[in-house]
Amino acid sequence: MDSTISLTVDGRRHELTVDTRTTVLDALRDRLGVTSAKKGCDHGQCGACTVLLAGPGEQGPGRRVLSCLSLAVAHDDAAVTTADGLGDGTDLHPLAEAFVTHDAYQCGYCTPGQICSAVGMLDEARAGHPSAVTSDLSADGPAVLDRAEIAERLSGNLCRCAAYSGIVSAVSAVSAVSAVSAVSTGAGASR
Amino acid sequence: MKPFAYTRPGDAAAAVATVAADPSAVYLAGGTNLVDHLKLGVAGPGTLVDVTGLLSTAITPTADGGLSIGAGARNTDVAVDPRVRRDYPALSAALLAGASGQLRNMATTGGNLLQRTRCSYFADLTAPCTKRDPGQGWAAQQGWARHHAILGAPEGGCIATHPSDMAVALAAFDARVHLLGPDGERTVAATELHRLPGDDPSRDTVLEHGELITSVELPALPVAARSAYRKVRDRASYAFALVSVAAALDVADDGTVRDVRIALGGVAHRPWRAHRAEQALLGGPATDEAFRAAAAAETADARAVDTAVGGNAFKIPLVAGTVTATLRGLAAHRTEAA
Ligand SMILES: Cc1cc2nc3c(=O)[nH]c(=O)nc-3n(C[C@H](O)[C@H](O)[C@H](O)COP(=O)(O)OP(=O)(O)OC[C@H]3O[C@@H](n4cnc5c(N)ncnc54)[C@H](O)[C@@H]3O)c2cc1C
Ligand code: FES
Ligand code: FES
Repeated sequence: MDSTISLTVDGRRHELTVDTRTTVLDALRDRLGVTSAKKGCDHGQCGACTVLLAGPGEQGPGRRVLSCLSLAVAHDDAAVTTADGLGDGTDLHPLAEAFVTHDAYQCGYCTPGQICSAVGMLDEARAGHPSAVTSDLSADGPAVLDRAEIAERLSGNLCRCAAYSGIVSAVSAVSAVSAVSAVSTGAGASR
Repeated sequence: MKPFAYTRPGDAAAAVATVAADPSAVYLAGGTNLVDHLKLGVAGPGTLVDVTGLLSTAITPTADGGLSIGAGARNTDVAVDPRVRRDYPALSAALLAGASGQLRNMATTGGNLLQRTRCSYFADLTAPCTKRDPGQGWAAQQGWARHHAILGAPEGGCIATHPSDMAVALAAFDARVHLLGPDGERTVAATELHRLPGDDPSRDTVLEHGELITSVELPALPVAARSAYRKVRDRASYAFALVSVAAALDVADDGTVRDVRIALGGVAHRPWRAHRAEQALLGGPATDEAFRAAAAAETADARAVDTAVGGNAFKIPLVAGTVTATLRGLAAHRTEAA
């Protein structure tokens, strides 16, 4: 069964008619030729398909989500940002730059998903979200991102080449220059 | 994937009417469990009724001092809510221990409670599974039973576990689940929402076809402010629980247990409220020995499965260890604060 939807991808608006079974990932890759988001497992288990998604009327690039488990019909009028859309056309996004500097990939297959996930994660940390390894859940202000925090927050992205150590270094370098590390909190109650 | 129609009704009543009238219709929320099952062929609905735009996403204080969480609230938003973090920290911690950042941004409160088991045979159409296809049998009884139930399962029958972390914290806190169905509204206790397999393992919950979860209500519960969630799994993150514990503990000045709440995940077909362990602890000393004995009382009737490729007998001592460690942490925290 077909449905006509509109999707804005990396700033460009598209109208397309999709079978209701089409995922956002398949719409991007097979219908719109945007191949930056990768298909790894197709079942929500690897993170390779991570994109940033803003619903109709939402500001900014939106939240990191898995495009392989998102049905395109359910995201009519959404704005999708892939790793491809993060740079400004000439210069790489600072995270992509850091991935190069810190040897944060080998085959590169998981990289676009890693970068989108890291961009979304830095926004979450800036907004003060705790993680499963945050010792004091009641602390407020931006989260302090040490290596354990970065690893936990990016654990939804698997890298078969195991470039993890470089990935954490790249994200750590970018988070250090962003406002994220500006506020520090004391070690709190252990939970 | 089988073809399906997609509709997005204007309000909850219209969504309920649509699903109630069509035996092949199901609700779609974040899609993180349903879309996976559509792809695997585990689910083959004729119509998806998208409820994401019409369920409340609000987290609001209730008149009695508790919190009401709209069924459309994303797992991320519930986990990071300042009141949840302060008054019900085990709920926040349980959500943060579940899935990944991307999935928590998609998953909803209603969908999380109604996600189906992660038993690998349930998701594998080539394996016999009576939960999926009545009358076929139980592959897990002879197979990979590492993740399976030790409590409340019939001998030789379905040993699937409920995978939600959030549901374990809600069970510990006596949360209530509000439903809207074709015949109106009703409320069920979080501990009564999910069923034990009994003779009909295909039914995970007490919901009738068409019933929609509209919100979850947390009662005012002072002991919940001193709570924790501990999840033991095969890798450090992004994995389901082998055993998990949501617990809250209030220790009096004389060192005895004044109030305690314990629920277990990964051990049964539903989140397992550990009433026996709670009874064993109330009024007694808050010591490791008492914690361990209480956990042992809870698993006194446990039944493990021993198979050539991986049984689950290890869960019985693991429950004792995890309960003890969780309560010890809460008791120590109190001593520090005093
Ligand atoms: C790789 C992976 C790892 C995961 N790890 C964890 C984990 O560690 N811990 C954990 O708890 N979860 C985990 N999850 C599961 C995830 O949390 C659930 O899939 C999610 O919470 C389901 O919510 P949803 O909104 O996406 O539901 P959907 O997939 O949209 O729906 C799930 C079910 O609920 C029904 N439904 C949805 N909303 C309502 C409603 N309001 N009323 C009535 N019926 C409704 C749907 O019809 C469907 O049957 C994991 C998932 C994946 C893919
Ligand atoms: S392709 Fe989406 S998570 Fe693997
Ligand atoms: S760089 Fe190859 S999978 Fe990550």
